Amino acid sequence: MTRTRNLYLIPYAAWMLLFVATPIVLIVYNSFFDVEGHFTWGNFEKFLTPVYLRMTFNSFWYAFLITAFSLLVAYPTAYWLTRAKHKQLWLLLIIVPSWINLLLKTYAFIGLFGTYGFVNAVFEAVGIGTRQILFTDFSFVFVSVYIFIPFMILPIYNALEEINPSLLYAARDLGASPWMAFRRVVFPLTLEGVKAGCQAVFIPALSLFMITRLIAGNRVVTLGTAIEQHFLVTQDWGMGSAIAVLLIIVMAVIMLMTGTRGARNPVR
Amino acid sequence: MKQLVRLFAAVFAAALGLMYWTSHLNSSQGYSGANTITIFNWGDYIDPDLIAEFEEETGLKVIYQTFDSNEAMMTKIEQGGTAYDIAIPSEYAISKLKEEGLLLPIDHSKVPNLDNIDERFLDLSFDPGNEYSIPYFWGTVGIIYNPTLLDGQSFESWDDLWNPELRNRILLVDGAREVIGFGLNSLGYSLNDTNEEHLQEAKRKLGTLTPNVKAIVGDEIKMLLAGEEAAVGVVWSGDAAEVMWENENLDYVIPQEGSNVWFDNMVIPTSARNLEGAHQFINFMLDPEIAARNAEYVGYSTPNAKALELLPEDISQDERFYPPPELTDKLEVYENLGKKMLSHYNELFLEFKMHRK
Repeated sequence: MTRTRNLYLIPYAAWMLLFVATPIVLIVYNSFFDVEGHFTWGNFEKFLTPVYLRMTFNSFWYAFLITAFSLLVAYPTAYWLTRAKHKQLWLLLIIVPSWINLLLKTYAFIGLFGTYGFVNAVFEAVGIGTRQILFTDFSFVFVSVYIFIPFMILPIYNALEEINPSLLYAARDLGASPWMAFRRVVFPLTLEGVKAGCQAVFIPALSLFMITRLIAGNRVVTLGTAIEQHFLVTQDWGMGSAIAVLLIIVMAVIMLMTGTRGARNPVR
Repeated sequence: MKQLVRLFAAVFAAALGLMYWTSHLNSSQGYSGANTITIFNWGDYIDPDLIAEFEEETGLKVIYQTFDSNEAMMTKIEQGGTAYDIAIPSEYAISKLKEEGLLLPIDHSKVPNLDNIDERFLDLSFDPGNEYSIPYFWGTVGIIYNPTLLDGQSFESWDDLWNPELRNRILLVDGAREVIGFGLNSLGYSLNDTNEEHLQEAKRKLGTLTPNVKAIVGDEIKMLLAGEEAAVGVVWSGDAAEVMWENENLDYVIPQEGSNVWFDNMVIPTSARNLEGAHQFINFMLDPEIAARNAEYVGYSTPNAKALELLPEDISQDERFYPPPELTDKLEVYENLGKKMLSHYNELFLEFKMHRK
């Protein structure tokens, strides 16, 4: 019995080794070499210069904004979803856009936000007048939130769905106001979902690229953009890898910090 | 689950069947390495009628594939999965491919039409004596602008970009060599300058351009300029020609301080199987009449002197795309500055991008 179970483990173990462990080892290895292939600590030293530190700060700031706005929109949406009539239909409508290619969605926003785009046409019609939307911080955060929001809604929705309604009835029976019931019963019970959602948004948002060019016109430069540049244009794989290594470390720290309580003491 | 497996099995079987069928078709029609020629070119960069004519003239079957960046093309050639007989990279890619030993020398005796090429475009620094590459098209980097949006401002010099009235109206192409290059040019330095002081000076000067820069973008720049999203752009002449074809309001100028001149040349990668055919193709494309038709279709500048004579005057006399000698003397090719310097250029470019308004 255990032997067959071990057999089943082979594909998973092979996958982890080939596509998770090996690439990380290679990235760490590469990060210690300069463009000419000599061993160096220089890549990490360069990371500590003002340019990269500011870029790191930018990345975190924008990732934070994206996560915060996603949460702000996603929590009420998920809450409403659990009470909606055609739950499955609404859920599907939220998930379907994530099936569409990311690049395509981003390009659509160039058309919408352009000087002669739909949004400005509406602004013009209601008397606000044309203004620059494309290539601003606002458009960058907006499009990113749009792209990430399903990943925030789903875990929160699941957490909300799992709540036993009798807990709510009990709270009301014992005299809690609706707001108090929400604050003391519902919200604490969905905290795990909120954490999962924030992780699913914050971590990819940290290393965003492409949107920084297409929507922010390179006016927002994140670590993801720098990695892309170093690998594709400069071919300074060492520096690109060094940034990636530091990002991996930061992400691991975040995962640990926001780690679920269940994981810390798995056996009850 | 079972259905899913069955579905995948069916798709897989169909793919295998099709693969077998095409190879069967190819061999039954007698297509193999000896009478086919595989060409690897930029997208939309040849008059398709010419391929048919070449097939008719030589009896060879052309397999035509396209790429959208030098980097993507180099990766495919390095990895060697497909046997390309001809590829058409830009000059810096050529010097790189040459360094890596991925190109075969071209037998000039089999390319008699080489005599048609203007001498100015032969024997250049990236390939002395044209041992490995033959010019296909060339172009410049310059300023494209929309006079209807600018009430009359015209451009002659790179410094005109610094005009305070252009606040938030300029799009730049996302290339370190291009942007740092015009920064250096505007100060009167060479765009291949490696002097640290000059580079820092150029970076400082570019920093003061930031308020005017609306965005730094890639290929979208064509769509954005044609859609009048911005009034001014710094672009390659080829892109400019394409934009001007879509939106007639725009105009292109090569700044008087000088700029970059670039080349796309035909090369034969080491993976080539049909050397005879590859040489035939190069010679065919250099034929004056063929080259003229191709230049008219593609809209880039032809290096072929005899073809230029055949082109209608409104093209051949267009100084925006065929600049007069006084100006061409000031144009420079991007030299291969080595990985370290290129990395430094990119670092400076990154700092420029980080500059906030």
